[in-house]
Amino acid sequence: MSEFLQLFTQYNIIGAFWVNIQLTLWSALFSLILGVLLLMMRISPISSLRGLAGAYVEFFKNMPLTIIMVFMVLGAYAQLKLTFSDKFVVNFFWLAVTGLSLYTAAFVCESLRSGMNTVPLGQAEAARALGLGFFQSATEVILPQAFRGSVAPLGNTLIALLKNSTVAAAASVATETSSLMSTMIEFHANSIVGIFLIFALGYIILIIPIGLLTTALSNKLAVRR
Amino acid sequence: MSLLEHMDTGQASAGKTSAVPTENDRPLVELSHVEKHFGKLHVLKDINLKVNKGEVLVVVGPSGSGKSTMCRTINRLETIDSGTIRIDGQPLPQEGKELANLRAEVGMVFQQFNLFANKTILENVTLAPVKVRHMSKKDADDLGMDLLARVGVESQAAKMPSQLSGGQQQRVAIARALAMQPKIMLFDEPTSALDPEMVNEVLDVMMKLASEGMTMICVTHEMGFARKAADHVVFMADGRILEKGTPEQFFDHPQTDRAKDFLSKILTH
Repeated sequence: MSEFLQLFTQYNIIGAFWVNIQLTLWSALFSLILGVLLLMMRISPISSLRGLAGAYVEFFKNMPLTIIMVFMVLGAYAQLKLTFSDKFVVNFFWLAVTGLSLYTAAFVCESLRSGMNTVPLGQAEAARALGLGFFQSATEVILPQAFRGSVAPLGNTLIALLKNSTVAAAASVATETSSLMSTMIEFHANSIVGIFLIFALGYIILIIPIGLLTTALSNKLAVRR
Repeated sequence: MSLLEHMDTGQASAGKTSAVPTENDRPLVELSHVEKHFGKLHVLKDINLKVNKGEVLVVVGPSGSGKSTMCRTINRLETIDSGTIRIDGQPLPQEGKELANLRAEVGMVFQQFNLFANKTILENVTLAPVKVRHMSKKDADDLGMDLLARVGVESQAAKMPSQLSGGQQQRVAIARALAMQPKIMLFDEPTSALDPEMVNEVLDVMMKLASEGMTMICVTHEMGFARKAADHVVFMADGRILEKGTPEQFFDHPQTDRAKDFLSKILTH
């Protein structure tokens, strides 16, 4: 048991989780922005924008995250010289955020689209009939209702994002949980089950509240019709 | 109190008595040779129709006769295959800024009310004046409360649409359309989704509007309203306009067998 507790002092486990939380929060922010943009493109009256957004979503939805993350390092960084910072750690952190955001945006767009399907067509027609343009109809009437109808799927996307943030290891973010877990197992092979449990419980503790919160919010925010 | 009192132009009073002659020459709404298909279904067949300023036109006919579709083509919620639709002499523009401007001039009331579910009753009425007409929040609120009072739902201003009865929601929808000071109002079966005891409160508001000289096109199954309020009744069946006349002509002396059959079925009870 003492050896088990020693792991906590020897390794910065909380710090590793904090890296994943940061990856998640930044990626959630950027993927939400990108996802909303994609959604607006998908419902826009301009067919080329609709096609572009559709292609984006299909591409990233069907692409394994690991490949995207490896591409961020070997392709975007090494070949295309995409650089965020001179500091190695900071640079890879933002490369990972970029990869996660690009990937998750496709799922945010799909979640929002499922929320969009809860908004009756008549809402858009009424907005148009009053002379509101596409952008005004979208921001004043359609998107607010679509958001409130997609809290639950957005919550699931957030949960998936938090778990996916461990794939940042593939983008050379060495300080996050899965990298740390590998290191710890390497040096403490006799505590392997305990090490697994630490990380498993850590994620469960982080994720259960997200699930509870989104369920509660989803009921509270549901649009009454 | 007049429903149209806030309108600064002579529109309200122009109606049936004192319209400027030059404006009287051309109809406010004109459909000529309008055709539309939904896939293989030919829903509008050579529709020709003129509605003058201040006129109340009631469109009746069996379900599936194309009357709602025709109503919706007038502000281009439905596109047409061929023919022309002019509003105040201007052909309907393509999708975009110009069309939005035109739609702002054409009020529309839907069967399902379509109040914005994420906005309060007052916000429903003030949204378009603020966003489209760039009215100040304060002025829009005043206008909104004024209109809500005139349709008798001012006490509900802070509520959400789902908290109101159908009849109240539809009256709000009328106030919302009026807030844009439209040249014409389109009613697409405004009472068809209402419980029977709420039909009259909506029809009363429509009667009042009609008597104040608003130009109206109403698709409805309310024959009592058609008789009382309409200047002209149009009878549609199978995508065609079969008859157009005054309510007396149409209800008392229908010309076509189709219209006689339709009237015999709805007026027997």
